[in-house]
Amino acid sequence: MKRSLIAAVLGLAVAAAPATAQELTGTLKKIKETGTITIGHRDSSIPFSYYDDKQQVVGYAMDLCYRIVDAVKAELKLPDLKVVLNPVTSATRIPLMANGTIDLECGSTTNNLERQKQVGFTITHFVTANRFVSKKANNLKTLADLKGKTIVSTSGTANIKQINQINAEQNLGMTILAAKDHAEAFLMVETDRAVAFVMDDILLYSLAASSKAPKDYVISAEALSVEPYGIMLRRDDPEFKAVVDKAMVETYKSGAIEPIYKKWFETAIPPRGVTLDVPLGEVFAKVIANPTDSGNPADYK
Amino acid sequence: MNYHWNWAIFWEPSPEGWGTYADMLLSGLFWTLATSLVAWIMALVLGVVVGVMRTMPYRIPAAIGYVYVELFRNIPLLVQMFLWFFVMPELVPAELGRWLKQMPNAPFFNAALSLGFFTSARVAEQVRAGVEALPRGQRMAGTALGLTLAQVYGYVLLPMVFRIILPPLTSEFLNCIKNSSVALTIGLMELTARARSMQEFSFQVFEAFTAATLLYVVLNLVVTFGMRWLEKSVAVPGYIGSSRA
Repeated sequence: MKRSLIAAVLGLAVAAAPATAQELTGTLKKIKETGTITIGHRDSSIPFSYYDDKQQVVGYAMDLCYRIVDAVKAELKLPDLKVVLNPVTSATRIPLMANGTIDLECGSTTNNLERQKQVGFTITHFVTANRFVSKKANNLKTLADLKGKTIVSTSGTANIKQINQINAEQNLGMTILAAKDHAEAFLMVETDRAVAFVMDDILLYSLAASSKAPKDYVISAEALSVEPYGIMLRRDDPEFKAVVDKAMVETYKSGAIEPIYKKWFETAIPPRGVTLDVPLGEVFAKVIANPTDSGNPADYK
Repeated sequence: MNYHWNWAIFWEPSPEGWGTYADMLLSGLFWTLATSLVAWIMALVLGVVVGVMRTMPYRIPAAIGYVYVELFRNIPLLVQMFLWFFVMPELVPAELGRWLKQMPNAPFFNAALSLGFFTSARVAEQVRAGVEALPRGQRMAGTALGLTLAQVYGYVLLPMVFRIILPPLTSEFLNCIKNSSVALTIGLMELTARARSMQEFSFQVFEAFTAATLLYVVLNLVVTFGMRWLEKSVAVPGYIGSSRA
């Protein structure tokens, strides 16, 4: 399945190579005509896409997006292609993608089958797991330890859906609060309103690392699920997707991904020089070896 | 527009693990209703008391009423909710603070309370304006008859004041319903919060907010017509405040 996908991607890329301007469709046509490509970025998705202390947009997903932009430049022979940065939030990313304001969304958007009805995703650029953060003092290690306790997750996320299901299935009797965003959910754990916060582990690492007392928190070893992150593009635009996928596969196959990964996950990052200290996991290593754009968690086992 | 419309989304299972997206929005509507009704009742009671205090011929109650109104009117609602929810439990003794924080439905109580106080300051001003709109002779006539201050307010002034201020009170009630959406910032899953989480999960942003908008409009129209009917049914023919003489 995966191998055939790569073959298809590379095959498409070869087929797309001699494309002339008249044949362009969709996003590529728009980029060619306007001479600009617009990147949607987040403001605080550390370390994927955020503002640093100099108000520059930086991040792991941004670095990958700039490589994609270079590929688009080469593809369209537009060396002076203009790159416009457009901030998006989780609420605005879809309308802005749909109405053509942004061409790529570079952040920490989970690629799942339900969302694929609305948008397209390129090759997965990170794989996170659903875990929980709690205070070390409370000594909570597994799901069973949370039985009957009050926990929190962020409303509208896949994580809260999952913990609700687990709660019902395993009869854990937890009270599950829904916070409006990650910062607020973490604040609830910090102020003891909830004993644990269930979320993508990478977000938990960055929240804990940048909290007032990073040493007070522990992230559970037990993972509840797997979530692939993908850079988002418009649906039903195979031509543009082929160029983007090819750039991503190229980044993985050439080993260029490693220094980029190290830079954002294993060394000090702006704004405050905090190191997240998240070594490259085996799940993501598999994706690098066999690039995939699957939105099905089962494919990452 | 490269947008995939899907109006059938409302019948698909919701991310909360129970019911459909429609159920999710309706549960949001329930919390919107519950919050704004509790806040509204609180605002009416407190607003009338404070409004009356501000028009009393004594200096101290008038001063207290003045401070109350300025305090709750001048601090933005969002800030008030944050103060009640995040700051207050940290200021009280640790035990009580923990109890407050672990209380079930804490966001709901906090939201209703702060919205109630906020709206009560505005209702108080309307009550005061209503009392001051009546001819001064009414109060004097009541006093000349030998009525106590409580009787003057109870039998002479307030019955007319309520009739005069019904239209602005209607607006205030509608504001109260719409302001309850601010409570999503302290984690109350009311209608706007539900619409937001629906779009976060399904990516059907326009469907989610269209539904939420329609629900708000319907709810507010019901309130408007209810209040209109109330105005008509309590109107005193030929008197100030009656819509048709």
